[in-house]
Amino acid sequence: MNHNLLDVHNVTMHFGGNSRNRGGVVALENFTLSIPSDEAKIITIAGESGSGKTTLARLILGIIQPTGGEILYRGKILPQMSHEERQEYRREVQAIFQDPFAVYNPFYPIDRLLAVPLRSFGLAHNRAEARRLIEAALEQVGLRPNEVLGRYPHQLSGGQRQRIVVARSLLLKPRLIIADEPVSMIDASLRANILENLKQLRDKFGISLLYITHDLATAHQISDELYVLYQGRVAEHGDSTAVIKTPKHPYTQLLVSSIPRPDPDHPWVGRVEIPLNETTVIKDRTGCLFKERCAHALPACHLQPPQFVVATGQSVACHLNAESEAPTGRSKR
Amino acid sequence: MTPRPVLQVENMRVCYRKQGRALAAVDGVSFELYEGERLGIIGESGSGKSTLAWALMRLHKPPTTTEAEGVVLNGVNLLALNDEQMRQTRWSQISLIPQGAMNSLNPVMKIRHQMADAIKSHESGWSSNRITDHIGSLLGRVGLPASVADMYPHELSGGMKQRVCIALGIVLEPKVIIADEPTSALDVVVQRVVIQTMNEVQQQLKSAMIIIGHDMGLMAQCVDRLAVMYAGRIVEIAPVRSFFRDPQHPYSRLLISSLPSPEEKRELKGIPGMQPSLLDLPSGCAFHPRCPLAYEHCTRTTPDLHKVDEQRAAACHLAKEYTA
Amino acid sequence: MLKHRIRSILKYAIHNPKLVTGVCLLLGLVLIGAVGPWFVDSEKARPISVPTNKQPSAQYPLGTDSGGRDVLSVMVVATPQTLRMGIMAGLVGVLIGTSLGLISAYYGGLADTLISGVTDTMLTIPPLAVLLVVAASFRALNIEMMALIIASLSWMNSTRALRAQVLSLKELPYIHMSRLSGLSDIRIIAEEILPNILPLAAAHFVGAVSGAILAGIGLEVLGLGPQDTPTLGMTIYWAMLYSALIRGMWWWWMPPILVLIVLFIGLFLISTALDEFANPRLRKAQ
Repeated sequence: MNHNLLDVHNVTMHFGGNSRNRGGVVALENFTLSIPSDEAKIITIAGESGSGKTTLARLILGIIQPTGGEILYRGKILPQMSHEERQEYRREVQAIFQDPFAVYNPFYPIDRLLAVPLRSFGLAHNRAEARRLIEAALEQVGLRPNEVLGRYPHQLSGGQRQRIVVARSLLLKPRLIIADEPVSMIDASLRANILENLKQLRDKFGISLLYITHDLATAHQISDELYVLYQGRVAEHGDSTAVIKTPKHPYTQLLVSSIPRPDPDHPWVGRVEIPLNETTVIKDRTGCLFKERCAHALPACHLQPPQFVVATGQSVACHLNAESEAPTGRSKR
Repeated sequence: MTPRPVLQVENMRVCYRKQGRALAAVDGVSFELYEGERLGIIGESGSGKSTLAWALMRLHKPPTTTEAEGVVLNGVNLLALNDEQMRQTRWSQISLIPQGAMNSLNPVMKIRHQMADAIKSHESGWSSNRITDHIGSLLGRVGLPASVADMYPHELSGGMKQRVCIALGIVLEPKVIIADEPTSALDVVVQRVVIQTMNEVQQQLKSAMIIIGHDMGLMAQCVDRLAVMYAGRIVEIAPVRSFFRDPQHPYSRLLISSLPSPEEKRELKGIPGMQPSLLDLPSGCAFHPRCPLAYEHCTRTTPDLHKVDEQRAAACHLAKEYTA
Repeated sequence: MLKHRIRSILKYAIHNPKLVTGVCLLLGLVLIGAVGPWFVDSEKARPISVPTNKQPSAQYPLGTDSGGRDVLSVMVVATPQTLRMGIMAGLVGVLIGTSLGLISAYYGGLADTLISGVTDTMLTIPPLAVLLVVAASFRALNIEMMALIIASLSWMNSTRALRAQVLSLKELPYIHMSRLSGLSDIRIIAEEILPNILPLAAAHFVGAVSGAILAGIGLEVLGLGPQDTPTLGMTIYWAMLYSALIRGMWWWWMPPILVLIVLFIGLFLISTALDEFANPRLRKAQ
């Protein structure tokens, strides 16, 4: 297979504005990412509200179409796929959403979430087989089938509901799962189980995962590669452990230092403030978008920084790293 | 000089009715809150922590019942007050910033009017200038510019709305402020700013604060003492440092070990099993089905919250007893 | 699973006094029509079958009218006719409304523009005026035709209400999830959306039945209803025509009015109870 599993190629998402693309909001700008087909990876897209991470999830899932650039699944552009290719894509790319309650139709028991995809994709030949597959998947995520099957969503906890969603992903044996804030609505003490389940998806089943979150602590636990997004642009990218241990971008440093450590002797250092105009997405996109908040802003920051390569596989869009090589082919604006 | 307790809760029980039975969402909770102290109450969803917060404000309506041997705020037993006296005590002596407060701001009123409403319902006779000045200073206390007063909630970000809710909670400078899940649904940097704001406010007003949540990391950053709730009871209460260094209750230990750390990658251990439903509580200690150290005594007798040393208490048969 | 759901609905229903009262009232009326003919000779509801203008007596419990009909027989025959007309009109109206609302909200685009355009235009047409004109032009109007005409002028309200509800439902995560699970649009509409709009559709149905009966009565009282089938409205028409009020023939004009009062109270109680059921916040705390 010489195609990558997923290619996101210079994708831009522009909401609103008129036909000449003036005005409106740029949710994502020139974003590029690829996931190989021969190796399962967990890639984290980290960022706060307004970073564009949820927009990216919706783009990859085909819920919206990019206004610039293209998204290829197995080498085929989404809108140009044939019916069979579309079916295959629908089965191989699955999602885990943030709200573990809203993904269930309250009218039906939770079984429906597991049974419907088996039927639609023809993965079970009869009811008995379907039942067996469902029970095996539930046990994989540490749930007892007789405790959850037949129950309605409101009768189960948030952790259980989310684990059932993970079980559903296992059933379908997808190639790629897009998990958008899968644990942020679950109690902190229950997150560990679900995160372990997600890791298992990569390790035991060879499924790649795009893990979207604002919580770098959980990202660190499970992912291989990390993209830090700020207002639609990539601030930093690289191996997750390297980026979190030695963040080079002031925004990444802010995110990492704001993680609350469960250790009273390691408090947050210094006072942080968020400027008032953060409430609206930055309209003027010239130069580095973080310059208003950055303690180390340089005159050079009035020009948009390119991605400087600082180590193998780690790149930073920050002029403070200008001594490092800039990869060729990127134009300064 | 030992600080005096500003709030003393003695054996509180909150019962609601379900399927014809009386269930205790809060079952025999006792604790003291000292002047100027920040007490954290941590527990999973359904452990009774929000119920406790509402009970302290006497917000539960029949058929839910709130009983206690005493809920004494600065010498006044809150349970002995009549409705009108309690109404005046709320907000001026003790206030609550409820869960999801930022989504409950009135969308068609400017912030200024919502804050003025809170002031006017407790203080009659303030001139409008005095109210405007007070609103400006309150917003300043929470780190927001005075211009926010003329905005509508939808024009503000999540963190700003939450800070407005904190400002609403301190409008009358109460002695006790209760914040229920003040940072849920907020991004990590905004969370930090909100906790920072709450710490600053608390230090300026010298009020005592009760912070309710489920995130150990946040608790470590912003409380002096921490209480853990499970199935309606407090199972451990200790100063925050000794809590993290040497947790006494198995549940506390499991809670701490289930947290992912940005320092090292390790296998994440969750807590097996699920919180018990109040309709079907286990015999003896409610935690024993999930406890790695449970033994036969745990299934028969419910452990009391007993002192482990001068400052700590735990409700576990295996925790050492304090001998003075 | 379906059994459990039906059982929980019935359990709720039994404890709701409004629903129980309303349903009992309506059942009572239905019984009159179903069981009545066993005890009463329905032939006597035809004109010139009994002596005219007789006061109520043992032989004629509700007396007779100026056309020579036994009023009790008329009630037994007319009540189900009126109910039938209302239910047919309500059913057709809500079926059209639900289908159009679903299609227009779910598919959006051109379908939505067209359907909403037609709906909004027809809403501006005064239904009573059209009814009068149509009824007056068709001499031989029967129950079915009346039902259809009334339905064709009342489906718009249901369309708008159901369209609004489907619009809010279709963005919910569980709909996205179903699409990701490979469900076709038709199946999503039928299996995911439809069950959640049934309470609203049911509430509209009850309202539509009331409205249809009222419109029907309006037409009949003006003499534009079916001439040969006895209905409650036509009875009132004949009573007015023959000055029953002035002549003190209370046994002629009172029964249909009483039946109508019972009918509308019953429908109102059911519709309120359905409203409570559809909106959990109105359900009383137990």
